[in-house]
Amino acid sequence: MDIRLKLNGEEQDLAVGVGETLLEALRRHGYVGAKHGCEDGSCGACTVLLDGKAVHACVLLAAQADRRNVTTIEGIGTRERLHRLQSAFVEAGAVQCGYCTPAMILAAWALLEENPHPNEAEVREALEGVLCRCTGYVKPVEAVLCVAR
Amino acid sequence: MPDPYNDPEQMLRMSQHPEGLSPEEMRVVGRSVPRVDAVKLALGKPAYTDDFTPPGVLHARILHSPHAHARIRHVDASRARALAGVQAVLTHQDIQPVRFTTAGQSHPLPSPLDTLILDSKVRFVGDRVAAVAAETPEIAEQALSLIEVEYEVLPAIIGIEDALKPGAPVIHDEPDCSGFEGVFVPLRNIAAHFEAEAGNMAAGYAEGFRIFEGEYRVPQVQHVALEPHVCLTWLDEDDRLVIRSATQVPFHVRRILAPVLGLPDRRIRVIKPRIGGGFGGKQEIVLEDICALLTLVTGKPVRMGYTREEEFIAARSRHPQILRFKTGVRRDGTITAMALSLLATTGAYGGHSLTVQGNTGSKALALYRCPNLRFEMDVVYTNRPPAGAMRGYGAPQGLFALEVHMDEIAAELGLDPIEFRRRNWVQVGDVFALAEALGEGRKGFPNPLRSTGLAECVDEGARRSGWERRKDANWHIVPDKPHIRRGLGMAALIHGSGIPGIDMGGAYLKMNDDGSFNLMFGATDLGTGADTVLAQIAAEVLGCGVDDIQVYAADTDLTPFDKGAYASSTTYVSGGAVKKAAESVALMIKDVAGRMLECGPRSLRLAEGKAIAPDGESVSLHDVALESLHVHDQHQIQAAESHMSLMYAPPFGAQFAEVEVDTQTGEVRVNKLVFGIDCGQPINPSGVEGQIDGGLAMSLGYALCEEMRFDEAGRLLNGNLRDYHIFRADEMPPIERFIVSGSDPSGPFGAKAAAEIPTDGVAPAVVNAIYDACGVRLHEIPATPERVWTALDQRRRQADG
Repeated sequence: MDIRLKLNGEEQDLAVGVGETLLEALRRHGYVGAKHGCEDGSCGACTVLLDGKAVHACVLLAAQADRRNVTTIEGIGTRERLHRLQSAFVEAGAVQCGYCTPAMILAAWALLEENPHPNEAEVREALEGVLCRCTGYVKPVEAVLCVAR
Repeated sequence: MPDPYNDPEQMLRMSQHPEGLSPEEMRVVGRSVPRVDAVKLALGKPAYTDDFTPPGVLHARILHSPHAHARIRHVDASRARALAGVQAVLTHQDIQPVRFTTAGQSHPLPSPLDTLILDSKVRFVGDRVAAVAAETPEIAEQALSLIEVEYEVLPAIIGIEDALKPGAPVIHDEPDCSGFEGVFVPLRNIAAHFEAEAGNMAAGYAEGFRIFEGEYRVPQVQHVALEPHVCLTWLDEDDRLVIRSATQVPFHVRRILAPVLGLPDRRIRVIKPRIGGGFGGKQEIVLEDICALLTLVTGKPVRMGYTREEEFIAARSRHPQILRFKTGVRRDGTITAMALSLLATTGAYGGHSLTVQGNTGSKALALYRCPNLRFEMDVVYTNRPPAGAMRGYGAPQGLFALEVHMDEIAAELGLDPIEFRRRNWVQVGDVFALAEALGEGRKGFPNPLRSTGLAECVDEGARRSGWERRKDANWHIVPDKPHIRRGLGMAALIHGSGIPGIDMGGAYLKMNDDGSFNLMFGATDLGTGADTVLAQIAAEVLGCGVDDIQVYAADTDLTPFDKGAYASSTTYVSGGAVKKAAESVALMIKDVAGRMLECGPRSLRLAEGKAIAPDGESVSLHDVALESLHVHDQHQIQAAESHMSLMYAPPFGAQFAEVEVDTQTGEVRVNKLVFGIDCGQPINPSGVEGQIDGGLAMSLGYALCEEMRFDEAGRLLNGNLRDYHIFRADEMPPIERFIVSGSDPSGPFGAKAAAEIPTDGVAPAVVNAIYDACGVRLHEIPATPERVWTALDQRRRQADG
């Protein structure tokens, strides 16, 4: 089946399987910034933005993205023009193994859309859905706060 | 022959700046430069094993055993093989029975050879029964359900102590398993037995005025790297086997798999792309063998990746242990004798059993100076998922027991826990009495300690954590919350920097036309920042920026050997190789530049991308490169070096934890963690901080909540991230960390390791803080509300009774 969605700002038709998750469909079409880390929405490595909200793409069907607005990490910055969150993560040393980094950045992006000046507790709450085993969350939180200032 | 214990030439070459700069004058080393790989990862670029899918790839799945211990009486895969889209089904009948170990370590392998790719016996719930490669993941999954297996279920051993009971079932009864003589006793379920003694224990105990004994228990826990194990294999245009894998040990994978697959090493190429965390779990052949075999059988590319559930039941874990300390102490608090005896289980297979537990001894007995030491260990097989390497490698277990034990002794003696430790901790010049015996399966090197910043770590940590508040009874009480008690605890820590005399890393460096460099090494950055640290070392020597160093690692075809990422060795060992290679290249650059500038090459210095003469005249590295490659006496400026160290350069640390204990519920809340580290000269301070932050978070889970729980049949009860809890961003306490200034003469620019020591101390510091808060002493972690409440309840009953 085909779905029509706005993916990273562009209208696209995407061929997806009937039972296929949004994560599998995105990765199959080359959007590999969203990662597989579990199968039940508990690790958050697959986080993407659905209509601007951070969601776990591994527990959504691709079909649920039909006529919706999906943003992946590939859609928010380029090497020439990094998003300020991406720059902040790089500068703060918030990228370690990097596997959860796109998810962290997107979760932070959704937070800053709603609340441009969050405090530390609000940042931590927004990142709560993305597990990280490398950073203890210290530098990622610093990076987001740096952008929020 | 240089004196291996005191080779001044090597130390001079390693720790000092080639141009005599002091640490403060260094331009790249000691600076928190951004990571060389951070931008691509922040952009979500394809970098990891699973981000590339070759056309026509087959999807592989494993059929896991539902039984903890069973013989496969009969297996019929004919229906699975007949399913459309299935390209291969492998069972134990289809493999060459070559026993190997999945543990990736140097030759000769210290782990028993007790594993087949597929066996006729299964030894844990999750063990391999069969494997399928099919055109889609769905077909592969369906094919698994069509494999018919008849099991003869055998009695299983789940409890650690049950493995040694008379009449216990023998888990490895196969005649063709093998291991070290006197260490490996499979018919008694012993994967590794070892004992060593130094000095005179009887005399040591007699010298003490009291002997303290304690027993401590630590759980089996999981790495939970966010990237599950994943592997891609194919045949290249020369029909060589290529293995692209999330591995910490590409060279070990090639060497260990060659005989198992029946191929010479040269017909195998292992590529390590970006890794999404490993923590030791990827120092292990978890998928590469079976994935490769499916490629060899089908001739096609095969992708195999674990689900999170498979990670829990069929990857690796930290060895659970029962540790017993017996310590003699003089009236003044001097330790006179110390014995550690431990029982651990390696689960169903013996990877790392000798060396993880050996490291428990070589860390837990090395922190305090004592001439009379005894260590004995038994690592037993049980029908649990296998244990293996995990960040800390036996030290978190040993230092938990040691540091709680030390706290208990201090309390009994009425000494401040810090002062009691201070009277005993190691000093520069001390030689660890068991160093020779504990050499990871061979003779170790009894080297003197050359640097320690432990006192600074402890003193500064005490200041930052407000240690003096412990004396204030009021501080332990929270106003208006009579059920809450506050406490502060600490732990002193020691780790290692690589394995002396075993670990080796190689590096290759060449200069390009534009004056930039390619730096290639076999060391594997799994998120540790190794690529950046090694580039910084090269850039410092070459007087250029980190941007001028293009790193490529690791690939068994293209990069020099490195034993891989483990034992906190990359900065210390591989960094030594990079420093040597860069120094050799610097000499070649100076030769060319000296001729161009008509001055003596030795008088030149390299800085700002130039070779600069004493009179200020200079030539750019770009011009040097063009001159050497194209103009005059053409040659490639390049060098390949390797490094190995016999020295003893342990990093030190001090962990402090402030807790609140709810005496009604047993819940422990950690308010703050303070950690100080002596890692010699930090190459990248931000990277060291990152290691500390992540290590503390992992160790906090070990302290409070992480534990793999099994039922009587050996089934894991919490094999997912909902039931097995790791700390989230909103649950972490504030972390305060600091790096004390230091330098070890044997490390590159004075560096020691920083990677593992942060995982060693939170558990004992928290348990000691719980004691300070409410007077109950836990001897087992994690400190779950149930355990704490039970301990409080027991004390209440004793008080009443």
